[in-house]
Amino acid sequence: MPDPESLNPLTIAQWKWLLAVPLIPLAGYVIQIFFGKHLPRKGDWLMTGGMFVVMCITVTMFFVAYGHTSVGVDGHAGSAFFAESVRPGPEGQTFSWDWLYMSRAKDAGLSLPTGLMYDGLGAAMLAVVGIVSFFVHLFSIGYMQGDRRYHIFFANISLFTFAMLGLVLSDNLLFLFIFWELMGLMSYLLIGHFAQDPTSHRIKQAAAACKKAFMTTRVGDTCLLFGMAMLYFLIPEQYNEYVAQGLIEGDTIAGSFRFTDLWSNASAIVEANHGDYPLWLTVAGLFVFGGTVGKSAQVPLHIWLPDAMEGPTPVSAMIHAATMVAAGVFLLGRTFPLMSPEALAVIAAVGAVTALFAATIGCTVYDIKGVLAYSTISQLGFMVASIGCGALGLVAGLFHMVTHAFFKACLFLSAGSVIHGCHHEQDMRKMGGLRKKMPITFACMLICTLAIAGMPLFSGFYSKDRIIAAAFGGMSLKFNGGNFAASVFLPVAACLTTFYMFRLIFMTFFGAPRDHHVDEHAHESPKNMTISLMSLAALGMLGGYVWFLHPLDLMGNHGTWFTRMVDWRTMYPGVDLTETNLKGMVGGLAHRHGTAADDLEHFYHGFNPHYTALIVSIGVLLIGVFVAAQMYLRRKWNPAKVTETLGEAYVWVENKYYVDEVVDASVIKGSKALANGQRWFDENVVDGVVLSVGRIGKGLGFLCAWIDKHIVDGIVNLVGNLTQAFGSAVRLFQTGRIQQYVSFAVAGGILVAAFHLLS
Amino acid sequence: MGIEAYLFVSVALFALGIICIVSRRNILYVLMGIEMILNASSINFAAFNRFNGGGIDGQMFVIFIIILAAAEAAVALAIVLNVFHLFHSVKPSEADLLRE
Amino acid sequence: MSELNRQRLFYTVLAFLAFGSAGKGLLEAGVEGLMFSIFASLTLGGAAVCIWERSVVRSAFALMATFLGVAGFFLILGSDFLAMAQVLIYVGGVLALLLFGVMLTKPDLNERSLPRIGAATALIGGGIAFLVSQMVGVGVKTWAMAETLEEPTTKAHDIGIAFLDPKQYVVAFELAAFLLTVALVAAVYIARRRTEDFTPEEGQV
Repeated sequence: MPDPESLNPLTIAQWKWLLAVPLIPLAGYVIQIFFGKHLPRKGDWLMTGGMFVVMCITVTMFFVAYGHTSVGVDGHAGSAFFAESVRPGPEGQTFSWDWLYMSRAKDAGLSLPTGLMYDGLGAAMLAVVGIVSFFVHLFSIGYMQGDRRYHIFFANISLFTFAMLGLVLSDNLLFLFIFWELMGLMSYLLIGHFAQDPTSHRIKQAAAACKKAFMTTRVGDTCLLFGMAMLYFLIPEQYNEYVAQGLIEGDTIAGSFRFTDLWSNASAIVEANHGDYPLWLTVAGLFVFGGTVGKSAQVPLHIWLPDAMEGPTPVSAMIHAATMVAAGVFLLGRTFPLMSPEALAVIAAVGAVTALFAATIGCTVYDIKGVLAYSTISQLGFMVASIGCGALGLVAGLFHMVTHAFFKACLFLSAGSVIHGCHHEQDMRKMGGLRKKMPITFACMLICTLAIAGMPLFSGFYSKDRIIAAAFGGMSLKFNGGNFAASVFLPVAACLTTFYMFRLIFMTFFGAPRDHHVDEHAHESPKNMTISLMSLAALGMLGGYVWFLHPLDLMGNHGTWFTRMVDWRTMYPGVDLTETNLKGMVGGLAHRHGTAADDLEHFYHGFNPHYTALIVSIGVLLIGVFVAAQMYLRRKWNPAKVTETLGEAYVWVENKYYVDEVVDASVIKGSKALANGQRWFDENVVDGVVLSVGRIGKGLGFLCAWIDKHIVDGIVNLVGNLTQAFGSAVRLFQTGRIQQYVSFAVAGGILVAAFHLLS
Repeated sequence: MGIEAYLFVSVALFALGIICIVSRRNILYVLMGIEMILNASSINFAAFNRFNGGGIDGQMFVIFIIILAAAEAAVALAIVLNVFHLFHSVKPSEADLLRE
Repeated sequence: MSELNRQRLFYTVLAFLAFGSAGKGLLEAGVEGLMFSIFASLTLGGAAVCIWERSVVRSAFALMATFLGVAGFFLILGSDFLAMAQVLIYVGGVLALLLFGVMLTKPDLNERSLPRIGAATALIGGGIAFLVSQMVGVGVKTWAMAETLEEPTTKAHDIGIAFLDPKQYVVAFELAAFLLTVALVAAVYIARRRTEDFTPEEGQV
């Protein structure tokens, strides 16, 4: 367990380089948005050059961080890398600022210190974001050529990268949330890129898609905000209560958003609570997970991601690979010690369902980008389910996030290259035989398809295999619905992944050309596009594990660079996951194997589900390729007949399980109907009741006046009139008028205030 | 003069701002009401700053409020012009597309 | 009651309240009280006239009284810089913007001669005033307030230092500057005429 106090091995100069990483795209954005139109070549070289510098810094810093780590021996953790600029570094200086500085509040310990955080996970993620964004920028120079809003596109995608880099580097939840929201905004602008272009023929679809993406992720963001508020207020409350009871030694604490504080305070609470998570922490964890559901497109908030293809293809590559959706998984990685076993079970179940659900839809889509979009959702489901399976799965899921970023970026850019070559034709049924016309694109796409399918020696294998192993391992640790779903659904989803990816390859690149118009125009893309493709394809192959450096361990059983950088035993300093997070998960283990909960490490080392998973994942790979080849390459099985055999089920899947329709019918129509219903209720029932109450009041007033004219008459009349006035005020509900909404809001505020005063 | 006096003025100005937003039928009055509310909170900050032992924090917040008000006035005015362009009216009750 | 009489009544009541509060302030707290009463009358009277007056231009000028009154409060609270900034930005900037708004939009001629402050509105306003003041009353008792007031020492110089000190407000300051720039550019962007938008350009795929 590393000492939390000596956790800043970086010098000030290195921190400054890291700070420059997000600031370069930001500066580029400001220049580009104001002067981009007037720069030579509309400023694309400026943005791409800036991203090249960012890539160099992130990769260099990654190797600096890598140099601080060492390999563990015998299943024990090696030395980890963790740096937080708020702590004094080797030069004795800190590198931080105060957000919302207040001199008095600072004396009371209520400031919000903000700094950078650079740990193994952050280093890996930062390098991935830097690399992928640079190649996406490079690709866009060719792909977006001739676009009307070329300079705006570069400005926006640069700010998008800035948001993701800032999110990865922030050392507290508040800043993570700020960048998170910024990313939501930028995705809105980028998905709706063509909506601002009056000459585009898909202007309406783009406008609808960006609105949908923004609104859908908003639901998740609200959840995250709730979760943050709960963590900020409830952790200190419970902690200080335990301090008062003597269960925790030390001083009382104030609320904090910093990750290190959240981890150590929450785990102190859990340890004081005998390893049980309090209910509110489970709820808060689920709220935080709600943010992931929105951003990482998990069921049921996945509906925005397929529509997000309306944006330009490089944007899809960014969203699907390095930025937007990875942010949700990254958030889970950052908040893992706050997740109780119950919350993890929910996470695993949601992820597993998403993986299978999206994979089935992916088999029926004909849009080349649509297949990739559903495959992203499915792969995200893999990651989330894996994180839900406990600590080993955490590392596996985050590893998959990294490898997936490489090969999915390459896949999307290849799809973009195909679309570009075929004159913006996206329907796979019109393609075919492109292998000879676009050899580089074909080679890159094939490499990445093998990677996503989990072929040994390709990056996706090393992560996906670990995910399935973690799912089996989690299952044998403790049985719950989430683990069960993960270990059953994930292999099936992996099989379907192979099937639909090879279906894509066979339909697009093999066979005879199906549409002569498309075929005549098909050509290989320009050099800057193919360079991006080849670089990303190389990373898609070797980004997970550089196997030729380890010829004796081709399967990566002794760990890869990622497991060396990110180890669940050391990635959260000051937190012993075996005491908190995993204690609930190993209850079943102790029962069955007669081992104590502390022997978790031993367990993971001794019983290795790795080999089971290896067989399963290679098996499903072969099945998927075989079926796809039979149906689409060798044409032995007629896809139409298969479709017919599947019957109703196929129709369901083809219509995406009617989720969009259900959401439309239930949420959107429902809220409209609710509003109308309320209005009707107000106009007919409430008014009637209120008016009659008023009349009764009045009548009572007259009665009283008759009995005691001189005392109560005035008061009762007043009550009657007030009730009538209230009745007429109530009638004004639901008009769509802003001023009235303000009045209602204020009235609500008054009620709350009155309640506060009276109680 | 105690702090209560300032706070009562602030409360009254806040209430007048709300009334201004709610009662008038010109969208420019909504803007004016918002300015009143922001000024009410400024008075609060300045008063607490003074009566809580001096210092600078409260004044900084007032400066940020003023900055915010300036930005808000500029953007809101642009919106008002657009609303006028779109609906040919400055009545906030006309702009009820939210109901759709 | 005719419109003229209503106007007369309104302004008479306002004047009475202003003079009454000035006298009360003078009697209770001397010159400081008098200053306070004058500024309070300016602030609240301006706001009331702003709501009451039928023409937008008059309302805007009444709002100027409110802004000046608040500036006066800043002065007697020892924040000279704020008073200056208030006059410069609100009176010079925001109010000018509002007047531009008045000029660029057509007044609604169908508006009633005088605003009808409905029972509901009055109830809302009164409700807020009452409840918030009650809460303030509770709060003031619980918040520790200084027993004796020292002479305020903050000068514009200190504020400048605080803004640029990397350990204090510099991040917020830069962000505020950024926000202002963005807001102004956005305002220009939103308010621009958009006729040239729909002329097709060449070279479009």
